[in-house]
Amino acid sequence: MSDIPYKDKGSILGPFKSLGFFSRKPVTEPFEPRIAADNYRGFHVNDWDVCIGCSTCQKVCDNAAITMVKIPGLPDDPVKGIRNERPAIDYGRCCWCGLCVDICPTGSISLTQEYVHTCREDELDSYFILPDPKGMHNKLFPKGWSKSEDADLVDLERQHMAEMEPQSRSDNFDEIVDGFTDQQAIIEASRCVQCGMCHDSCPTNMHAPEYIRAIWEGDAEEAVRQMYRSNPFSHVCGRVCTHRCETACSIGRRGDPVAIRWLKRYAMDAVSDERVREIAAEGKADFISGKKIAIIGSGPAGLTTAFDLAKNGHAVTVYEALEKPGGMPRYGIPEYRLPYDRLDADIDVIKSVGVKIECNVRIGSDISMKQLRQDFDAVVVAIGLQQGRSTRIPGSDHEQVRSSVDLLRMITAGESFDVPESVVVIGGGNVAMDIARSLARMQKSQYGKVAVTVSALEDFDHFLADPEEVREAREEGVVILDSRGPRECIIGKDGKLEGLTTLGVISIFDEDGRFAPSYDEADEQLHPGSMVIESIGQMSDISLFGEELTEELEWNRGRLQADENGVTSVSWLWSAGDMVHGPDVVHAVADGHRVADSIETYLNKE
Amino acid sequence: MRPENYEAIKQPPSNEFELNFGPNHPGIEGNYAFRVKLNGDEVLSARADAGYLHRGFEKLMEGRLWIQNIALVPRICVPDPVPMEVCYSLAIEELCGLEVPERAQWLRVMQLEMSRLAAHLFAFGGHAATTGMYTPMFWGVADRDLILDRFEELTGGRVYSIYNIPGGVRRDMPDGFLDRLESLLDYLDSRLADYDNLFFRNQVFIKRARDIGTMSQEQALKWGVTGPNLRATGLAFDVRRDDPYLVYEKIDFDVVTEPGGDALSRNLVRRAELKQSIRILRQIIKHLPSVKGPVRCPIPNPLAWNVPAGETYTRVESSKGELAYYVVSNGGDKPYRVHVRGPSSMHAVQVLEKLAVGSRLEDIAQIMFSLDACPPEVDR
Repeated sequence: MSDIPYKDKGSILGPFKSLGFFSRKPVTEPFEPRIAADNYRGFHVNDWDVCIGCSTCQKVCDNAAITMVKIPGLPDDPVKGIRNERPAIDYGRCCWCGLCVDICPTGSISLTQEYVHTCREDELDSYFILPDPKGMHNKLFPKGWSKSEDADLVDLERQHMAEMEPQSRSDNFDEIVDGFTDQQAIIEASRCVQCGMCHDSCPTNMHAPEYIRAIWEGDAEEAVRQMYRSNPFSHVCGRVCTHRCETACSIGRRGDPVAIRWLKRYAMDAVSDERVREIAAEGKADFISGKKIAIIGSGPAGLTTAFDLAKNGHAVTVYEALEKPGGMPRYGIPEYRLPYDRLDADIDVIKSVGVKIECNVRIGSDISMKQLRQDFDAVVVAIGLQQGRSTRIPGSDHEQVRSSVDLLRMITAGESFDVPESVVVIGGGNVAMDIARSLARMQKSQYGKVAVTVSALEDFDHFLADPEEVREAREEGVVILDSRGPRECIIGKDGKLEGLTTLGVISIFDEDGRFAPSYDEADEQLHPGSMVIESIGQMSDISLFGEELTEELEWNRGRLQADENGVTSVSWLWSAGDMVHGPDVVHAVADGHRVADSIETYLNKE
Repeated sequence: MRPENYEAIKQPPSNEFELNFGPNHPGIEGNYAFRVKLNGDEVLSARADAGYLHRGFEKLMEGRLWIQNIALVPRICVPDPVPMEVCYSLAIEELCGLEVPERAQWLRVMQLEMSRLAAHLFAFGGHAATTGMYTPMFWGVADRDLILDRFEELTGGRVYSIYNIPGGVRRDMPDGFLDRLESLLDYLDSRLADYDNLFFRNQVFIKRARDIGTMSQEQALKWGVTGPNLRATGLAFDVRRDDPYLVYEKIDFDVVTEPGGDALSRNLVRRAELKQSIRILRQIIKHLPSVKGPVRCPIPNPLAWNVPAGETYTRVESSKGELAYYVVSNGGDKPYRVHVRGPSSMHAVQVLEKLAVGSRLEDIAQIMFSLDACPPEVDR
């Protein structure tokens, strides 16, 4: 029972109680604008310097109130993961829920403490606004609902990738990372906001949002299908890609970017090789065009070109000088990063669409370019960068001063050489890490200890190798020295190499930004080693062209001149891959597609 | 001569006539209407005419991500939106097996009771207006606004707080919030006597509301009546006590009943519940500072959130009665089906149609407000 004595009729004097109201303070609302609460969800403001135009706000908006509008003049750089689009809000639809704020990967968008907007009938457009940092009426109201840790809906933490412990991996070439489990892959894939920054930044524009979505849906086959739209080297890229996608990932603005590369690896491993071959062959032309194309070099660029052209019904022959196809991924990347059977799986898929690969055939000596010109409708040179550059410091002509690419090739090919007990590597890029870590493994298994010193020109803030490579190399016992320039390879009286002396680096570039390192002569160190390995860059072996063709072709500072489609100055010859764009698998794949398209157009014109 | 099959058109008796009561009528809540048949001012029959506010929420929800619906559900019942958010969130939490942190549970109960206070103030103010007393309505609305101020501070929104999401609440309360809430409760406590003097003990109200729209307990149960309306027929049933959710088990409160079953009893139950809600809130103010921890459990990226397949029925006690969500998921990122069991659907349609019969035209508005029926929730 309620406690209201409603049956009590009260006193006749009751109404006089109301006189007491005369003494109360009247309730009035002041004319001046009311101060809103600190968390108030008022009108939007957007910090354009922080916003990257990823459109995640648009995706979460439950009323479709957000439209992305292109703003000319704002930075638009796919590689950095920035678009020149900014959200515009339709206040006829907005319900001020603030989900756009909570899901914003960058934290650029907030709601202000501003209450009121009104307009005349002819100003209805004023309800459609493009929020900028100044606010709806340029009145700079304080921020209300903005990014907070409690309300953040972005999952900033990446799934942990299990890997071998340094002790157990340091004397063998087993693959280091374990790969995601099904559950991990689904969780990792679920972190993606489908902004497509990864797609835009990828040199070959892989359909990462689509395959991540497919992985999240548990459909690895669909993920593979999406990958083969743009990359026949998905096993390779799933392991050793330079993952620009992750650099551009919008989640990476405040947290760990989505592990796109590992997700690719997961999907490729989750589907059987046979099924991958079936998926890759989907869309293959059901006719034979009668055109013949020769491709020199079986690396990612050459084989991607071959894959595309073979799918279009052309007869493609790939010539490889070495024993096995694969190019740098096979002969340059150590097995602990890219197991050979995964590379073979990629190549098998490419072969399965009809690409013929002839190994142990060196163009220039076994078959001449002239012969190729006669036998084929088009020729592609994709020979990569297989010769190491030399520092040309005193003593660098000693036989124990080797090039990293040569040694890496020998390790893969199983050619024997005397593993040095101590070694110094010159260079600070990923190739330097590869050879250092490979030799460290061989030393560990032969001698039980590691004595590898890497001396790099760059300091650690500007290091060329990936941070994880540096970390893992250190874990395996490799000593890495930064800001050291090579001076001389010291040769003893007995003619044996004793080590390398280096100088401290003062600066690497001159005032004009040209490469001209200057050293501190007083800061000299000797790094003892019975072998010195130069790993300061690679170049192409262009002897295959022969004198006549070399004359005919145009060159640009030692590199073959080609337009963006790989067309050289000779109409039947294309070039692709590292020899044009420098060392990177995914660039080579992108190049392969472009060259294939260009050849397709050329053949159709004929 | 008349043909054999001639039948005279049956005209209603000249003393009967039909009247459209609403949708534009000051005595009707929201956009809602009744077609009433009258003899003089006595209601012979009444037919609910809903649909003016139909927005298709249940269907809309099927096309939106699970998280997007949190901005949609509070709109189902404007005066009492919080139970909608909480009940929807509870359903998803049950399907996903999410464990809501204790602090979030206390914060949810706090909002639920604040919302109940606001809704009851609105309801009795509205009822007063139907009997020609506008001051209680102004008071009710003005005092509700003070509660909305606290909502604004806590949640960032005054009416649609959109503060509860699956997994907990969106952010912790601001510093000093409980102090300000306490002073608001002190104020509301002091106002109860004013409300009583002006309205609940006012003979104009008592004489008009007594024995109006009376239903027996059996009828109420048969018609699906819940909440204060059911308790006004003498049955002490309250989801908060009889099927406790969140932390209601830890809170001390009375389930108030009235035996009458008429408009007066229903208002008196609401009046008593104002006091109970204040009592609950005072306990929360005392207890909440000792409950530490997060206010939300981790949830997946809302853009890629598959809720496991299954179905669930969750219910809470809203100011109108038993509010429930029947949610079916087929394992996708959007609900397969959401059905809202809104208490007002029963109160405003079948109950009101029956209670109106035999009453007088001027009492229809009073009966409707005494049932505290919410047309947006009927239409959805």
